Amino acid sequence: MKEQKTTLEPVIIAKNLDFYYGNIHALKNINLEIYNRHVTAFIGPSGCGKSTLLRTMNRMYNLYPEQRASGMLLLDGENVLESGVDVNVLRAKVGMVFQKPTPFPMSIYENIAFGVRLHERLSKQQMNERVEWALLQAALWEETKDKLNQSGMNLSGGQQQRLCIARAIAVKPKVLLLDEPTSALDPISTMHIEELIAELKTEFTIVIVTHNMQQAARISDYTAYMYMGELIEFGLTDQIFIEPREKQTMDYITGRFG
Amino acid sequence: METAEHPQTNRGRFRWGEPIFFNLTRAAAVLTLLLLAAIILSLVHGSWPAIQKFGGHFLLSGDWNPPKDQFGALIPIYGTLVTSIIALLIAVPVSFGIALFLTELSPPWLRMPLGIAIELLAAIPSIVYGMWGLLYYAPIFSQYAQPILHHTLGQIPIIGALFSGPMMGIGILSASVILAIMIIPFIASVIRDVFAVTPAMLKESAYGLGCTTWEVVWHVVLPYTKVGVIGGIMLGLGRALGETMAVTFLIGNTNFFNGFSLFLPGNSIASALANEFAEAESPLYTAALLELGLILFVITFIVLALSKLLLRHLSR
Amino acid sequence: MDLRKKRRIVNRVALSCSLLAMVFGLFWLAWVLITTVKLGVTGLSWDLFTKMTPPPGAGNPGGLLNAIVGSLLMIVLATALGTPMGILAGIYLAEYGKHTWLGQTTQFINGILLSAPSIIVGLFVYSAYVAHMGNFSGLAGIFSLALIVLPVVVATTENMLRLVPDTMREAAYALGASKHVAILSVTLRASMAGVVTGVLLAMARIAGETAPLLFTALSNQFWSLDLNQPIANLPVTIFKFAMSPFKDWQEIAWAGVFLITLGILGVNILARIFTNLRYK
Repeated sequence: MKEQKTTLEPVIIAKNLDFYYGNIHALKNINLEIYNRHVTAFIGPSGCGKSTLLRTMNRMYNLYPEQRASGMLLLDGENVLESGVDVNVLRAKVGMVFQKPTPFPMSIYENIAFGVRLHERLSKQQMNERVEWALLQAALWEETKDKLNQSGMNLSGGQQQRLCIARAIAVKPKVLLLDEPTSALDPISTMHIEELIAELKTEFTIVIVTHNMQQAARISDYTAYMYMGELIEFGLTDQIFIEPREKQTMDYITGRFG
Repeated sequence: METAEHPQTNRGRFRWGEPIFFNLTRAAAVLTLLLLAAIILSLVHGSWPAIQKFGGHFLLSGDWNPPKDQFGALIPIYGTLVTSIIALLIAVPVSFGIALFLTELSPPWLRMPLGIAIELLAAIPSIVYGMWGLLYYAPIFSQYAQPILHHTLGQIPIIGALFSGPMMGIGILSASVILAIMIIPFIASVIRDVFAVTPAMLKESAYGLGCTTWEVVWHVVLPYTKVGVIGGIMLGLGRALGETMAVTFLIGNTNFFNGFSLFLPGNSIASALANEFAEAESPLYTAALLELGLILFVITFIVLALSKLLLRHLSR
Repeated sequence: MDLRKKRRIVNRVALSCSLLAMVFGLFWLAWVLITTVKLGVTGLSWDLFTKMTPPPGAGNPGGLLNAIVGSLLMIVLATALGTPMGILAGIYLAEYGKHTWLGQTTQFINGILLSAPSIIVGLFVYSAYVAHMGNFSGLAGIFSLALIVLPVVVATTENMLRLVPDTMREAAYALGASKHVAILSVTLRASMAGVVTGVLLAMARIAGETAPLLFTALSNQFWSLDLNQPIANLPVTIFKFAMSPFKDWQEIAWAGVFLITLGILGVNILARIFTNLRYK
């Protein structure tokens, strides 16, 4: 049984959120709350909009001129979809880790310091502490403390992904978005990342997109099932997996479709 | 002690960094574009006296007579086109063969060294080809190749006239052969690259029908890649038209027309410029040479633009 | 039966021709290189690097010191002038202007400038600069060579940046980096090895360029580093000496050809092996 925290404070609230790729209506009237220091999983068949919803939360879609969102997406009560929002500040509050590990072509230390320097001015000593803290949080410190000056690209796939997680949390975001973070990894590395997520949720709010239902069941507190751009069902993970309210959700979870 | 609390002290942002950098890169791109306009404008401006004086006659007259300030560009234009076309006639089949060898025949471990070796032909400076061509290749060409050509192709009626006359080792044909060698690497690497993007499944289906390697290349790969292959040939042509130093050494640099034989010396636009520009004394002479340059630039521009259009989908 | 035999023979003949074509290409490479090495090595001497170019028919051997130094000076300055511009324009083409009119047009024109005859560049710099200044000069030579470096660097930078996967860019933006920070510290950094290789190849190319120097830098028989005066350089010196009837001049020209070829081919081989191993 999952532990039920007493205070359910929503960090992100989506209200009537729509999303378009050109003329394609990719998210339809999404209403959803993401709770503080919990893990929320988005599941659903490919193309259902789960990654799109995730990429709306840090406005990643801004890079592509033909993509736009409408409605409201509140982070701490502020609508992040408004044009006046500084996306770079937003992204300091909402970190993201991608499907494939994306270490930058620089040393392990620099990979982590890079993001921090974008937002804070730290002394050398403070920066060292921050890098160590982030690597400890990402359970990568023991493996890398003696080779911080080596290139981040020489690490193994699983280590690279943990480096990317360390890089994201070094900025100290409130929310951490994980876009199928283990889909390119082997089972052992996947297990490490899952354990890491369980620990990180004591400090951060985590939203994870996964195509692996067992993974969603193992690590998340809340689950959202999406289909064709619509949010079909959202609730406690145990409830969704044991007694879903919607027949569609049931069919997907039991593998009758998807 | 570090905590995960989100730091409120955001670094003061320098908001002008992005627009400054963006406009800097855009200015550099605009400047590259302006370079082309500047080249055309300066050539047109510089050649204006000649254009005004000779008009269309410049292109049709073969009378290039600096002492009398009389200029017609027909001889160098003729030489440029003929050398480039002969160079293509030699280089295209050879480049095709090389590309075929590199993609289909060569053992994989030899592909890279052989490919690099062929590309090195393009890296050797033009002046080296010129000096080597004049002092080593031309004597051998006159001693062996020209007599053989004269006794074989030279005996055929009509085209035989092309292979007659003095066998001096320098002249139109001699320069064309060197030009061919210089453009082979450009054409061969484009053909190799377009061959390499042919889907493996297409080739395998043909092999599956029992086709031989040659049949696969000739009936499947070549039709599939023909646009790219023509683009590569155009690239080679563009290079050949403007090639300067090697041709200057070997073409003989004469502005008189003595007949159609390919053994005779001639001139090309580029070698006329290389030889005469620094010594041109009268303003009209300079203008006429600049007009030659303008003509060369316009021709190569069209050929290269065509090549770029044909190869466009390859780089995307 | 007959048909199958005929097809097999056609195949054999065609493939043999392709082998011959390969041999044909390698034959010329070998011939040029062997001649250059043989004559170049005999012409090599200490004097080459310590003495100035000799006057005509002087009888004393002389060297190439002023030409070597002049060439190096012009190559370095032309690269220093053309490279930053080229990298900036390449960044625009790959990162900002991909879908704009300016980006696409510049990309197209740059591809043409890349293969345009280098003698035209010489003519351009002559009309735009030398004719106004009234004399040939090292600076004019540098401008010409820089204009040849420019399109090479633009094209390499653009191509190398396009090889960087978009996920790398997104990862930088996801940390809150603005676009120029992401470009300068992540994407450009990721493609630095390729850009540097491209710059080296551009330097190798201008090292042998003769045509654009004929009416710009001209050449100089004497030692001079004054950029407002004609400056000695290897290619034009080789051209002058090779065309001359003097035996000692021709020998020096061969030694010069050997030096240039050695340098250019060395850079090319290293760069090509490097790129082949890295990107294929």
